[in-house]
Amino acid sequence: MSALKSREAILFGAIFALVALIATRFPGFVAPGNLVAVFTDTTPLMILAMGQMVVILTRCIDLSVAANLALTGMVCAMINVAAPDLPVAVILVIALVMGSALGAINGILVWKLNIPPIVVTLGTMTIFRGVIFLLTEGKWINAHEMSPTFTGFPRAEFLGMPVLGWIGVVIAIVMMVVMARTTLGRAVYAVGGNPHAAVYTGIDVGKTQFKAFVISGMLAGLTGYLWVARYSVAYVDIAGGFELDVVAACVIGGVSIAGGAGTVVGTLLGALFLGVVKNALPVVDVSPFWQLAISGAAIIIAVAFNAKSGRSKGRVILKSAEHAQ
Amino acid sequence: MQDLTQKPDVKTQGGAVLKLDGITKSFPGVKALDGVELELHAGEVTALIGENGAGKSTVVKTLTGIYQPDGGSILLNGAPVRFATPQDAADAGVTAIHQETVLFDELSVAENVFIGHAPKNKFGLIDKKAMFDRTTEILNSIGAKIDAHVKLKDLGIASRHLVAISRALSVEAQVVIMDEPTAALSQTEIEELYELVDTLKAQGKAILFISHKFDEIFRIADRYTVFRDGQYVGAGLMKDVKEADLVQMMVGRAVEQLFPKREAEIGEEVLTVAGYSHPTEFEDINFTLRKGEILGFYGLVGAGRSEFMQSLIGITRPSKGAVNINGDVRVIRSPAEAIDAGIVYVPEDRGKQGAILDMPIFQNVTLPSLKKTSRDGFIQLANEFALAREYTERLDLRAASLDTNVGALSGGNQQKVVIAKWLATKPRVIILDEPTKGIDIGSKAAVHDFMSELASEGLSVIMVSSEIPEILGMSDRVIVMREGRMVAELEGDDMKPETLVRHAVGINSTGDAA
Repeated sequence: MSALKSREAILFGAIFALVALIATRFPGFVAPGNLVAVFTDTTPLMILAMGQMVVILTRCIDLSVAANLALTGMVCAMINVAAPDLPVAVILVIALVMGSALGAINGILVWKLNIPPIVVTLGTMTIFRGVIFLLTEGKWINAHEMSPTFTGFPRAEFLGMPVLGWIGVVIAIVMMVVMARTTLGRAVYAVGGNPHAAVYTGIDVGKTQFKAFVISGMLAGLTGYLWVARYSVAYVDIAGGFELDVVAACVIGGVSIAGGAGTVVGTLLGALFLGVVKNALPVVDVSPFWQLAISGAAIIIAVAFNAKSGRSKGRVILKSAEHAQ
Repeated sequence: MQDLTQKPDVKTQGGAVLKLDGITKSFPGVKALDGVELELHAGEVTALIGENGAGKSTVVKTLTGIYQPDGGSILLNGAPVRFATPQDAADAGVTAIHQETVLFDELSVAENVFIGHAPKNKFGLIDKKAMFDRTTEILNSIGAKIDAHVKLKDLGIASRHLVAISRALSVEAQVVIMDEPTAALSQTEIEELYELVDTLKAQGKAILFISHKFDEIFRIADRYTVFRDGQYVGAGLMKDVKEADLVQMMVGRAVEQLFPKREAEIGEEVLTVAGYSHPTEFEDINFTLRKGEILGFYGLVGAGRSEFMQSLIGITRPSKGAVNINGDVRVIRSPAEAIDAGIVYVPEDRGKQGAILDMPIFQNVTLPSLKKTSRDGFIQLANEFALAREYTERLDLRAASLDTNVGALSGGNQQKVVIAKWLATKPRVIILDEPTKGIDIGSKAAVHDFMSELASEGLSVIMVSSEIPEILGMSDRVIVMREGRMVAELEGDDMKPETLVRHAVGINSTGDAA
């Protein structure tokens, strides 16, 4: 029985129990419409967490995702102000390309200059925010400056769920296929699981990490447009500190911070858990400080769980024990 | 604390300051020391000589309290002692300069010298002045011109070595152990070290000197002791012995034939390596390898064999040289290109560099073959399972399911996964680095048998090994490396233990030091 599979079951159970508990106090929470709203509200976190998961799997970390989101979102908003008639499809392409480019900067620094990822992304996180300030001189772009098609896209409903939610679903499916069924996905797990062994099998560790940062950046850029359009506002500090929620979602979802272990499903459940806590607790009159405490406790419990399941087994000396494992 | 201040009486009758008597030490599956003897005398240098794995390092660790012997006794000035911890050994005046000295870059020279036993003042805090003064004193006594306040990271290799020696001397030492002290030094630094050894001798210290290099043993030692396979072979005065005698003692009797070497048909040339060189690790390696042949690479640890192999598969780049595989001249710049060319390398440290423990068996096996099991970057699960099943069955790997994570398998089965992984790439040349290191006799025979089978199926095998019986028993031909160069290529009747050791330690055929 794999520890990860059972981890996902436990997390699913925890989310279910939480929702059920809230439903006893506030039945309206479990109305289908509300559950869809919670899911949609959590989608940005889920998308970013899936990108972050890939990075963490390769033994790196990307602290610049929220800053990338804010910068790409701001650029999309400025383009919209300058050219209101540009179709949303073009904006989406711009967001994906720009996000990838920002991710590639992180990746290149890690790959070619061997700078520790935490340092690189701490630096680019600050730089990206600084660039937004340079572009805007600190001014906001508000709803009335953006075109209705630009802001309307993520909120448009399709089969009872906003497009934002559907984008989350599509990305989740794509990521599951990438991680489980492509050579890139396999390389990511190999690099994180044992970089030395990966080198000998012909996998370029640095290049794989670079690709992970590009994926993370691409998803952050896409989320940038979606975020700005959904909230109809762009300024320097949007999604400030959100990178920590993203890392937390991964950790709660069972992604090993030491790399090599973690799944898309786990990550999605980790993000959903945080989303439910954030959306549900205010409804039942729990103070926001308790929300923080619950999120924090969840992280520590998750890490303790990871440490336990990740502990290496001792050498088997007894012959009789060899097949009993 | 009183007994520590008691000055050791170096002129005990019998002459030996330190004596090992019948020391035995076993590790699971291997007897590292089997009743060995060793005597160290005040004011004299004793050289400890033996092949790789003869038990030299184990003796050092026993003497310095890192290992506890299973049997036998250690006598210090005639009285039995027990070193339960390295601190006990240091308190008794036995100190060692290890092969890889652990020093701290960000600390000053004095802090490095006195780490763990810094002088304290009356408040129990470190007495900095005393520490720096004592360090300067020790540095002066060995003639080192180093400022005790400088941070270690600002010193060169040679100065670091002197700091390591100072650290060994910072305890009231009567026995100084030097484990391959010249390995990292240049010629002038080696001369300075010899002078230092003379100084220590004059101070009446008993010195144990471990080295592979015969020229320096003859230059510096007064006595010798030879170990072979964890056993004491003999001891005596250097002036009474010739190099040829020492080599004879090191390698012992003729090698018993317990290797299941099958005669394989040796075919056409598969791999030719010409003029392979690296700026710092090896130079001018030339050889050809034929189909079905097992080519042995012998040498002492650090002769550059693994470094050369890693370059051959593209982990490091050669500065010069070319590889011709099956008639194609290739430049191999990465392990992926080596795999494409049909050359695979099974590293020595299979635990660390071999398997990915968090991955299922089938994914580990197909990892280097993903190009073959995938189409346009998408993995074809059916192909993947078929390949994994074929090779795990071939190696008789028993596991409940190919979905099992490798981390849940026993050590022996993990090794099989690693080998299956490389065979699944269908290589033409397989390089096995120390294929039987650290495994028990029974498994060794299985590995040798398997190696023979591979060769008889037409695979060319390069085997890097430091074990003479294995090299002689399995190889069709042997290349000996020393200090990054190929010093001999031996075939047929020339493949004798004495010849191998002579070339590896650097003695030419007339018996004089090279």
